[in-house]
Amino acid sequence: MHAIEKLLAEKAGKASVHAGEIVNCDVDIAGINDLYYQTVKSFYEMGGKKVFDPEKVILFFDHYAPCATEKQADNHKKFRAFTNEQGITHLMDINEGVCHQLMADYGISRPGQVIVITDSHTTTHGAFGAFGTGVGATDLATILVTGKLWFKVPEVIRINLTGKLQPGVYAKDIILHIIGKLKADYGVYKAVEFAGPVLKELSVSERMAMCNMSTEMGAKTSYIHPDEITMAYLAKHNITDYKIYETDPDYVYEADLTFDVTDIPPQLAAPFSVDNVDDLAAFAGIPVDQCYLGSCTGGRTEDFAVAAKILKGKHIPYGTRMIIVPGSRFVLNECLEKGYIQTLLEAGATLTAPGCAACLGIHQGLLAEDEVCVSSTNRNFPGRMGHVKGRIYLGSPASVATAALNGKITDPRPYLEGGKGE
Amino acid sequence: MNTIAKGTAYVFGNNIDTDQIYPGKYVELTEMEDIRQHAMSGSEEPDLAKIFQPGDVIVAGTNFGCGSSREHAAMTLKGIEVGAILAESFGRIFYRNAINLGIPAITCKGIRGLVNRGDKVRIDFTTGEIVNETTGATAKAEPMNDYMMGILQNGGIKPMIRKMQEEKKK
Repeated sequence: MHAIEKLLAEKAGKASVHAGEIVNCDVDIAGINDLYYQTVKSFYEMGGKKVFDPEKVILFFDHYAPCATEKQADNHKKFRAFTNEQGITHLMDINEGVCHQLMADYGISRPGQVIVITDSHTTTHGAFGAFGTGVGATDLATILVTGKLWFKVPEVIRINLTGKLQPGVYAKDIILHIIGKLKADYGVYKAVEFAGPVLKELSVSERMAMCNMSTEMGAKTSYIHPDEITMAYLAKHNITDYKIYETDPDYVYEADLTFDVTDIPPQLAAPFSVDNVDDLAAFAGIPVDQCYLGSCTGGRTEDFAVAAKILKGKHIPYGTRMIIVPGSRFVLNECLEKGYIQTLLEAGATLTAPGCAACLGIHQGLLAEDEVCVSSTNRNFPGRMGHVKGRIYLGSPASVATAALNGKITDPRPYLEGGKGE
Repeated sequence: MNTIAKGTAYVFGNNIDTDQIYPGKYVELTEMEDIRQHAMSGSEEPDLAKIFQPGDVIVAGTNFGCGSSREHAAMTLKGIEVGAILAESFGRIFYRNAINLGIPAITCKGIRGLVNRGDKVRIDFTTGEIVNETTGATAKAEPMNDYMMGILQNGGIKPMIRKMQEEKKK
């Protein structure tokens, strides 16, 4: 069996499971974000009275934080009433940040857990050896009532990363390259495991970016086998309660692919699809209206570090704006301590509150018709960040920063001789 | 659940994401009467909610409903009373959401090439037979697993869980 199968088997109270089988699993963390008050409505519509375990339920006020409309504020108000009524103490309010980043910052995400959140990027938690998957409101309500959710045990695709990452090339470039080759529906219903020697070069932050983006090839979940880098993260957060499952040597993968990263240059996904990927060089020189640094994909301290390195002592040219959104208050604090925020503000960037902000086109930096944005986020669908004809190019935080520096799409590598920003 | 759906088809391409089905700015809405009005409003068929008749059918290519977990994407199609969604494949969260709400989401390879906008399409859920009554073309749906069929037969997961909870009490 694969580690994911062993994990699901244990959570379903079975000795073994196989791909394609439907299992009903205990859920360790049930996360609800503020977009989906429908979760509460569905809970009551199902006859729910008390949630299965208030300790395992977390509410995240991240997509609307802070509220831009009365309707959003009303949803928050109703959510607050729900948490009071149910005795749910884990409410991550508007000061906290994006759910996936907080799960890491608070040390909630850990190996061997079943983590279900009403957010498609819950695959992020594969970076910690957890089974993380996104669901809709009514699925989450099912968990609130029963403590369990059904899953079809997925086939697993292994992606081996070999070779040596070049300076100025990041996990985001690698995963965009992979999605460009495999396409947006390659991994639908499947689990995607990342493996291979390049992982030793990838920090927890970079691993989170990769696992996060596996959603964009349709994956149900993603997985990185916990190693010494994971252990260092667990130790830093004083986490001792976790379980690592081992994949049997005779496990047969649905597909076993290898990507040599040595020759991959910076990548961009061009409008209007995440799999519309080419070398950044193919788009070099395109004038940029907005640069966006943030989100559960590209809003961590390391991402701010590289942006600050590129923009230190420089100024963003007239006609281009840069919005910076730390993934969480922990990221914000760390970036303040290290001076990254100050550097970026001095360069002319605009700081907004930790949260999802403009990534999904709700508030804090929407695009007008035909405007071009280079973004460290995860989606460039029509209308994703404002006007349906707003044009989003997805890239690494370094590529976002060099676009801001020059007011046009620019290869970040010449600005990063000597490595990663620290 | 009806065993047969029949209606006018509206046809979409590959990778129609949930931002096209239901733009993020409307996710704050919580009442079905409001939610239904924005069906497909981010797509190339932005006025679908105005012309769509109950029982009409959506036909799409691969990965329909990819992207966000927003249940609104399925809710809005439920709101306009879609008879069935026929796609070559579905984004997985959308697929779960649709089935949970009792919407027949039917996987059928090659369906997009067999149906044009405005064609009359008939689907028999028991046999999986799909007939384009305008052109005479036929196709066969991929069978659905028993668990999902059970959800549909219960009219969605809410009535199913309600029933299970009541049975537990007895």
